Amino acid sequence: MTRLNQIELAVAGTMLAVSPWVIYAAPHEATMGLVYKIFFYHFPSAWIYLLGAIVAGVCSAVFLFGGNRNMDSWALAAAEMTVLFGAMTLVTGPLWARKAWGVFWVWDARLTSSLIVWMVFVAYLILRRFGGPGSDKLGAGMALFGLASVPFIFVSVNVWRTLHPQTSVIPTLPVSMGRPLWFCFTAMFLLFLALLSLRARLERQRGRIEELYLAEDEA
Amino acid sequence: MRFCRALLCVVALLAVPGVVAAQPQPSPDEFVPVTEVPPEEQIPAINLIGAAYGFVWIVVVGYVWSLGRRMQKAEADLAALERKAR
Repeated sequence: MTRLNQIELAVAGTMLAVSPWVIYAAPHEATMGLVYKIFFYHFPSAWIYLLGAIVAGVCSAVFLFGGNRNMDSWALAAAEMTVLFGAMTLVTGPLWARKAWGVFWVWDARLTSSLIVWMVFVAYLILRRFGGPGSDKLGAGMALFGLASVPFIFVSVNVWRTLHPQTSVIPTLPVSMGRPLWFCFTAMFLLFLALLSLRARLERQRGRIEELYLAEDEA
Repeated sequence: MRFCRALLCVVALLAVPGVVAAQPQPSPDEFVPVTEVPPEEQIPAINLIGAAYGFVWIVVVGYVWSLGRRMQKAEADLAALERKAR
């Protein structure tokens, strides 16, 4: 673990540990009351979920068309982050919806597309784990499909009629609500950077182990 | 004529409760506004917040622990193979 990773993990961990107090200090929302505070974890995890999908897709494209093996490690790491932060998004969202909408889930464009992209990356990880030779390139194709779906998720709330709040909500937040939101976002973003870097390093180490085993077999 | 009008008014007044009673009652499967749900059937917001934050924390701690274990194993394997290679 590099010094930078240690700092990132320590700062992110401290910020996440402090976040309940920062969120507690935020005022209640007029119509939803207390339950809207789930949003302080839901929004950052959702954005990082999409960021993970973008990083995985871009790195996969570079690997697929440029043959850069190092980029494949980053793509796999980013795909794991996408599944991790996507799980947070897809669990915290319905918990908020149960109180705000009266139901845990509705099959609208935003929720359904988010679930589908999450399942694409779960399938990517299963393929990489059990797919055998050639699964890296097939997986890269899947990650590109996931990347192509990200803009669809983002604009879905503005294009189709959905229960999900629109993207215009965030810029209109008052400072008293925006401050804890960006605090939680920074904490999760640092966590994402640290975990992404460590997971990519693990993948490179695994690649090196495989090379040494092959060299041993040949010798 | 006045008697007929009075009779008509009495009949109309008596018919109102009957017409109201004859209206179809909402079936239990239909939509019920959240404000009408009895308090014992509502989930308190604090439970949902606790579940959301608890899930995020468990996932983060679990993933960091899992990644740490995988890295330790990979580093041990790598060190053993490099020793063997020399």
